[in-house]
Amino acid sequence: MKPRDPGRRDFLVAMALAGVAVAPGILLYAQAKSAAQPASPKVRWGLLVDTTQCTEDCDACVEACRTENGWPAPTRPTDVQWLRKVELVDRRSGHKAFAPVMCQHCAEAPCVDVCPTGASFKRVDGIVMVDRHICIGCRYCMMACPYKARSFVHEPQSDQKADVPRGKGCVEACNLCAPRIDRGGVPACVEACAATGRRAIVFGDLNDPQSGISRRLREVSTRALRAELGLDPGVRYAGL
Amino acid sequence: MNAARAIARAAALAAVLVLAPAIAAAPSAGTVLDAPRAGTCVQDPELMRRVHPDLLRHARNDTVHRGIRDRKTDLQACVDCHANAKDGSVLGSNTHFCQGCHAYAAVKLTCFECHSSRARDAVQATASVAGKGGS
Repeated sequence: MKPRDPGRRDFLVAMALAGVAVAPGILLYAQAKSAAQPASPKVRWGLLVDTTQCTEDCDACVEACRTENGWPAPTRPTDVQWLRKVELVDRRSGHKAFAPVMCQHCAEAPCVDVCPTGASFKRVDGIVMVDRHICIGCRYCMMACPYKARSFVHEPQSDQKADVPRGKGCVEACNLCAPRIDRGGVPACVEACAATGRRAIVFGDLNDPQSGISRRLREVSTRALRAELGLDPGVRYAGL
Repeated sequence: MNAARAIARAAALAAVLVLAPAIAAAPSAGTVLDAPRAGTCVQDPELMRRVHPDLLRHARNDTVHRGIRDRKTDLQACVDCHANAKDGSVLGSNTHFCQGCHAYAAVKLTCFECHSSRARDAVQATASVAGKGGS
């Protein structure tokens, strides 16, 4: 029997699969994943913060983050802070804007570049995280981050959340609620903001042109914080 | 001569019987650990005694780096099943599952410096009691 030509066969199979995948469109972009699936490299998770909807009296996102991830209300500058609400004042006009600032989940993350152990890493779906099993607590990443998004845990911890291990001697930051995303959910801050009716934070897949966040990004003018650094953050701000 | 050989054989057998549980790092008959909630473990218990650190490490890398969160050897899954029925924890005394065996084997247990040592349902029960008391 003549041996089959593997190149030709593989080509035909690939073409057939490509036809199946492209035709419905949506298969190109993985959306909500189940707990059993690994994170998809086709996805890049991101946030869009509409500062025109963020008000002075509300801190629902910060409270939701604290409850979800189990970090106490900070009292000292060195305390852990995954998400903070900042006030931006135009000194000349006196105009005030408010915005939640968390890890910006940069595509070119400086924290990942400087980490000596590989503990600071970027997941294939764009989430920048700390693997605390490998973190030695050197805090180079805190120095490198232009957004001051990372914190060091100085005290022994107790009563951690089941999904959010936290311990003394490691650096930590917003992980975009990776445990929730991995089970098909949205980050706690996004959920809490939507519950207040403001919907100032939109979550979604930046790689999918049909996702809500991508459509919104096309419609309104947005900017990255410290855009001059060219880090391509996954968090964008409108109205600043 | 035969008698001496028989004695040597008996001594060797006794040594194996005494050492075997120690090699497997299983508590002696005097140590009673909390019984697991489910009837059977996800793996053979004899295997688990030896390789549970490797299984946990594998699951941890799958979870942290790849985002897979349904592993049977996930640490929280172990805690959920092996937690004490009263306080919902795997730590607290030498009859608590993790602490008891690690104390016996003299192996430092560092998982719970960061990870929750309590079963999910126990944490939820405490939270709902605290919530009712607060409101």
